[in-house]
Amino acid sequence: MNQTNILAGKKVTELIPDLFSGRKLKDRLFLIGIVIFSLLTISMVVLIIGSMILKGYHQINWAFFTQSPPDTFQAMMAKMSGKTIPGGIINGITGSLYLVGIASLIAIPFGVLIGIYLYENSKKKYAGFIRDITDVLQGVPSIVIGLIVYLWVVVEITHGYSVLAGSVALAIMMLPLIIRSTEESLKMIPDTLKEAAIALGTPYYKVVMRVLIPSSFSGLMTGILLAISRILGETAPLMLTTLGNPAINWNIAKPVSAVPLLIWQFYNDPNMVDLIWSSSLFLMGFVLLLNILSKWIAARQK
Amino acid sequence: MNDINTQPSILTIENLSIAYDKDKLAVKNVSATIKKNAITAIMGPSGCGKTTLLRAMNRMHELYPNISTTGQIRLYDENIYDMSTIKLRRKIGMVFQRPNPFPTLSIYDNVIAGYKLNGIKLKRSERDEIVETSLKNVTLWDEVKNSLHKKGNFLSGGQQQRLCIARALAFKPDVILLDEPTSALDPIATAKIEDLLIDLKENYSIVLVTHNMSQAARISDNAMYMYMGELIEYDETTKIFTNPKETSTQNYITGRFG
Ligand SMILES: Nc1ncnc2c1ncn2[C@@H]1O[C@H](COP(=O)(O)OP(=O)(O)O)[C@@H](O)[C@H]1O
Ligand SMILES: [Mg+2]
Repeated sequence: MNQTNILAGKKVTELIPDLFSGRKLKDRLFLIGIVIFSLLTISMVVLIIGSMILKGYHQINWAFFTQSPPDTFQAMMAKMSGKTIPGGIINGITGSLYLVGIASLIAIPFGVLIGIYLYENSKKKYAGFIRDITDVLQGVPSIVIGLIVYLWVVVEITHGYSVLAGSVALAIMMLPLIIRSTEESLKMIPDTLKEAAIALGTPYYKVVMRVLIPSSFSGLMTGILLAISRILGETAPLMLTTLGNPAINWNIAKPVSAVPLLIWQFYNDPNMVDLIWSSSLFLMGFVLLLNILSKWIAARQK
Repeated sequence: MNDINTQPSILTIENLSIAYDKDKLAVKNVSATIKKNAITAIMGPSGCGKTTLLRAMNRMHELYPNISTTGQIRLYDENIYDMSTIKLRRKIGMVFQRPNPFPTLSIYDNVIAGYKLNGIKLKRSERDEIVETSLKNVTLWDEVKNSLHKKGNFLSGGQQQRLCIARALAFKPDVILLDEPTSALDPIATAKIEDLLIDLKENYSIVLVTHNMSQAARISDNAMYMYMGELIEYDETTKIFTNPKETSTQNYITGRFG
């Protein structure tokens, strides 16, 4: 009744623009769309993190950070008597840190130097070529990198799965990220700063080491931390290069474990399934921490 | 030889031509002598080659990749194109259009940045002495003496520019080159820097690029007028402003310029 009253006396043509092409309506639809999609995204993240915490928290204890995983029999016994699985993932934690450490030692100097080269010679053909190669490298599937490193390092150098091989594979994956972030953060430095240093009679390499790098330090750190968090979860290339190790290993020529490798092993052992969640929780927490750290460094500089 | 008076010279520019790209000359066959303990202004419309000429005096123009330079510039009797750029730039310091202190360094370290960046070790007392004298020279000491070890980002534009002048003075150079140093500053900060430059010429020779004619008239002793890369006229400032020889200069001075 009411509605007919409001509409009465108005022509259809007067109403149409308001309903269908009015700016307000479009704005509102757009807003509703944004809200729906962001809620979807947020709930996805909450679901992932939530299920990981719910399923993983009770395994996280002192042993988790200090002991290697149990064998499948021990795990089965614990499971049958309703206890938490004994042992932990210390071999994976130390292995991941070792691999990432060596990979960083390889990738950071190379990546930063190439980034500096690209920044300094940005308009040269050769620089464009390197930039293209970097993009290609970034697109190579990690399993392919694993295969190649298997052929180069596992077969030729360490004659077996090794920390070195795994680190080289991870380093190759870090390289394009570090090159790009180095170049981008150097581009943010105003030219005037470089000129100021040069006008003080500073030799070129000292301008790089003492002005350019410190001035872009937060950008460099952010790029490095993001590269590290990207490779922390890599599994496929590690299967082909470091294999895994039931115990802690510090020998660079021998196989080593890593948290994502352990997750894969736990997945394949029905008795160990509970450890998947705690390990995933740990890995995710670590990556999250690195992300927060890099955001904090970036914000602090401003 | 383009010598304007009998005062002693410090820089001698002879037949200097500079091209960014093969054919396009930014500076055309310029010859002039820069006088010691004087302020020399370089005036002219935008794009006439002032910055290029100034930067040629401590070879900063060589940073551009395809630049070619002919002719010579002598510091006293030494051809600067035979000197190492490192040694040259310590003798001929430079201040830029926009203040550019190093944001990662403290005020103190900014003043001695030239030493720090070059890895020249100084005794604590020497450092303190250089920092204090340089900052006093630019009348910044009283304003910053209690925050020497803070970063300089809270300083005003004018204070930052004076800090940059102090940084150039710390090497005790013979010549200071300034490229429109006040164009980003308000009138009060500008006046402070102008007063400062007049004080500094007691001990230094100053070359100042400015597109502000009244600034050239106020503080320079000698002035060059450039147009399209050529040095049209160079004389004592009073003569340039009261009795220019060239009509082109006259047009520029009287504002009848396009
Ligand atoms: N980096 C550069 N590359 C090519 N040409 C340039 C460059 N810098 C300046 N020029 C050209 O050289 C001429 C002189 O420039 P400049 O010395 O900056 O003049 P001014 O300082 O008087 O404005 C101009 O024609 C300008 O276009
Ligand atoms: Mg200029």
